[in-house]
Amino acid sequence: MIPSEFEYHRPGSIAAALAVLEEHGDDARVMAGGHSLIPMMKLRMADVPHLIDLQAITELKGIAVEGGTITIGAMTTQHELITSDELAAAAPIMREAALLIADPQVRYVGTIGGNVANGDPGNDMPGLMQCLDATFTLQGPDGTREVQARDFYEAAYMTDREDDEILTKISFAAPKGGQAYEKQKRKIGDYATAAAAVILEKVDGKVASASIAMTNLSDTPVFSADAGAALVGSDCGADAVSDAVSAMLGDIDPTEDNRGPVEFKKHVAGVILRRAIERAWSRA
Amino acid sequence: MGKQIITLTVNGEKHEVAAEPRELLVHTLRETLKLTGPHVGCETSHCGACTVDIDGKSVKSCTMFAAQADGAEITTIEGIATPDGMHVLQEMFREHHGLQCGFCTPGMITRAYRLLQENPNPTEEEVRFGIAGNLCRCTGYQNIVKAILAAAAELNASKEAAQ
Repeated sequence: MIPSEFEYHRPGSIAAALAVLEEHGDDARVMAGGHSLIPMMKLRMADVPHLIDLQAITELKGIAVEGGTITIGAMTTQHELITSDELAAAAPIMREAALLIADPQVRYVGTIGGNVANGDPGNDMPGLMQCLDATFTLQGPDGTREVQARDFYEAAYMTDREDDEILTKISFAAPKGGQAYEKQKRKIGDYATAAAAVILEKVDGKVASASIAMTNLSDTPVFSADAGAALVGSDCGADAVSDAVSAMLGDIDPTEDNRGPVEFKKHVAGVILRRAIERAWSRA
Repeated sequence: MGKQIITLTVNGEKHEVAAEPRELLVHTLRETLKLTGPHVGCETSHCGACTVDIDGKSVKSCTMFAAQADGAEITTIEGIATPDGMHVLQEMFREHHGLQCGFCTPGMITRAYRLLQENPNPTEEEVRFGIAGNLCRCTGYQNIVKAILAAAAELNASKEAAQ
């Protein structure tokens, strides 16, 4: 399968990439690892007359943990997330989730920036970023601006990012408490039938704070404030967990596809959230 | 959008090749450089038959444009063997019947090569997780896993003997 013709650009800086975007407008698109975009181009579901490969922009790479804040460059690969001991110590849920994405070859090339910016509801990082209350930095012709992950996603493949902007980095506070990312998939490399990111803080045996987000159960990731609120103040016992699951089910909106009918997806979402809460609590 | 000249170092040899931007790396390797080890299998980034090693990473060469690899160092299955003969992984795949039809084998071995570079002493589970991006429809993976574990043991034994 061969994509339609395009011109290839490999700028060496963000400014140079923005200049190509500005010059070609809708005809240009930036590419990170390309493991979502290239298959779409091969299937001719995406037509990109000017492809801007971001691989040479070193300022888009790297992981920094400073003063309790984690900053990750958009071009950091899943493999680099997994192999960073510093990141695993500061936010173990990142490694746990990244290991569940695709397969080894894809993780060597696929990036966190591509994963969060593509707006594919099947991607795992958007839900996790909402759970972590991460901030995305976008750079465009008028400078940089920040958007919360919880406000970024509008619909499938539709985000707050403008066509002339590049998502350059992601930052979030090192999470406190127990964390778990749980994912049900049909096979290696598949998107989630349902996945849950959970962070729970425990004080005196009670849930002091809870953050819960779900993946691939709506046309955007779903941050369920109500599910978290159902746990806060409880001892994370069976009743509280059931209340959290009920609240989460009220927030998701799955559609039937080859992963199953709506009822099945809701069932799996409940099972996965229960497991994630249990595991996060055991680590809190 | 004509062809552009790109430089690829493949199996230690530097090549300058002309490729359209839309040309996938696997086609450059197979059709221009006549290295037919990387196979075109699923063409959708699932099967791993096209796996090559690029700058120390296992990559599906059907999901990368040749232009993206401009300047890169690439190893294909053709570059895995040593001047003394087959690589230990190749020997062990033969010894343990790690292949039947052989279609997935170049990708499997190229992937296993990188896996053992990163983790010279993997458990069975780590081998299975490490080759999860490579599909085999013949063997049920049992003998592939055995071959990779045997190769790891062999490589470790010869490393110890050398010390």
